[in-house]
Amino acid sequence: MTGTPSASAAAVVPAGSSVPAAAGAGEAAGGAGRSSSVAAALAGRGGRRLLGFVVPVTLALVLEGIIAAGLYNGRLLPPPSAVLATLWQLAASGELFEHIAITLWRVAVGFLFGTLAGTALGALTGSFGLARALLDPMLQALRAIPSIAWVPLFILWFGIFEASKVTLIAVGVFFPVYLTTAAAILDVDRKLVEVGRIYRLSPLQLIRRVLLPATLPSYVVALRAGLGLGWMFVVAAEFMGASKGLGYLLTDGQMTGNPTIILASIVTFAVLGKLTDGLLATVTRPFLRWQDSLGNSRR
Amino acid sequence: MLDITTLSKRFGNGTLALDSVSLSVAPGEIVAIVGGSGCGKSTLLRLIAGLENPSIGAVRLNGQVITAPRPEVGLVFQEPRLMPWLTIRDNVAFGLAHLPKAEQRRRADEALARVGLAQFAGGWPRELSGGMAQRAALARALVTRPEVLLLDEPFSALDAFTRNDLQEHLLDLWRWYQPTLILVTHDIEEALFLADRVVVMQPRPGRVRTEVRPGLSRPRDRTTLEFQRLKQHLLTELDRSFQTPGPGEETVPAAAI
Repeated sequence: MTGTPSASAAAVVPAGSSVPAAAGAGEAAGGAGRSSSVAAALAGRGGRRLLGFVVPVTLALVLEGIIAAGLYNGRLLPPPSAVLATLWQLAASGELFEHIAITLWRVAVGFLFGTLAGTALGALTGSFGLARALLDPMLQALRAIPSIAWVPLFILWFGIFEASKVTLIAVGVFFPVYLTTAAAILDVDRKLVEVGRIYRLSPLQLIRRVLLPATLPSYVVALRAGLGLGWMFVVAAEFMGASKGLGYLLTDGQMTGNPTIILASIVTFAVLGKLTDGLLATVTRPFLRWQDSLGNSRR
Repeated sequence: MLDITTLSKRFGNGTLALDSVSLSVAPGEIVAIVGGSGCGKSTLLRLIAGLENPSIGAVRLNGQVITAPRPEVGLVFQEPRLMPWLTIRDNVAFGLAHLPKAEQRRRADEALARVGLAQFAGGWPRELSGGMAQRAALARALVTRPEVLLLDEPFSALDAFTRNDLQEHLLDLWRWYQPTLILVTHDIEEALFLADRVVVMQPRPGRVRTEVRPGLSRPRDRTTLEFQRLKQHLLTELDRSFQTPGPGEETVPAAAI
């Protein structure tokens, strides 16, 4: 917001000019000015993330209002209050936590195996040209298969219980981890590796002191992408004949014609996905303090 | 004593980057190597550093043939090449991993004080300006007390003010640590300001064309007539190195010009 505040400019952008100085003048002007000063105050206190709640909460309230006013019966799109009530019921009976526990367990185990395999193979093809020539084309071809297409095969091989579900999740997690790990290793600055050579680092020291720290930022991105796909695939996995889990809750809601249950399950998925991703980001943040990204520099 | 004898390097693609280069450098001497692009001056430095091996000939340090990087030989690159994930102090201590932590820290801090970056020890490389980062790189190279310090166009990426400043600073460090300095540069003034001996190389194939001993006392003044005269002389040599002899022809001795 530079330039001279002319009268016409103020008329065109009344609320948008949320600079603190303009907000002070705006308060006298009335409603539009006041809302802009609220926004500015939120942003000013570092509360900008709170702004992210404004639109969804408004939409929820509007839906609630429409149903309360009798304009829509809410049969297929139940009001948020009903979804929350269902969640509360499920939580009070303890049923919700059983579903969450089994789903979390599946994601965790699938994520663990997918990450281990993706990291090992990614490190291999990223480091050695021969391994890359031998393995990468095959893995890229496998990646082109929509992972859900494996479901029938996995059920034949591993049965309909946990093994097939965890395998499907692991496959989903594997590819982003594999691709990003291999690319990160290939991307390591050759000039920094040369510094390592000048100081006569052994191959192991080179990995520990140069390659690992250099690839860590990409690797964290890989883990987060893998975890995201893990949550995606657990739903698919639980569609294939589960008797517990949030994915089962989804199909249950469909079978019994109860969209409230479906939405309650979706909300739970959203919360869990966000929480686990945040956990991963928080755990890895201390190792990435040095990074020159917008997030933590430019003081 | 660094001895380079009939050093030749042919790359895999057939290019003859260095053709029979011989050079002796006395302990504590400052030698500048100048020449246009493609004259093999960087290749020469990489061979001395042990990053590459010669096709013919050898580099000997105190009689021992250099075949791989050695602790006695340090190298400063054109870019600082600091590890972005290490603090400035840990970057300077990068080559001290064999020492106890406390000793690493003590030596790194001492070197940082010497390059005037003591207050940045705990900071990150991204917080440094180009000139400061290059001083940190100098500290990293000197903290291991190498006998020979190689510098590959170390100040060419810096602005003129910072460059002059760092040249003076390099001389200070040289007086303190007393390493042999071999500096590759395309800046004739820099070579004349710093070096006891300026080696002029010519391209395709890379050969030594001539040597100039400025014979100026330090501190040197870039504005004196003598400095300007030497600069003109070196410029002429460099110019000719591009026009005259093609591949296979003999080098014209400097005295004949």
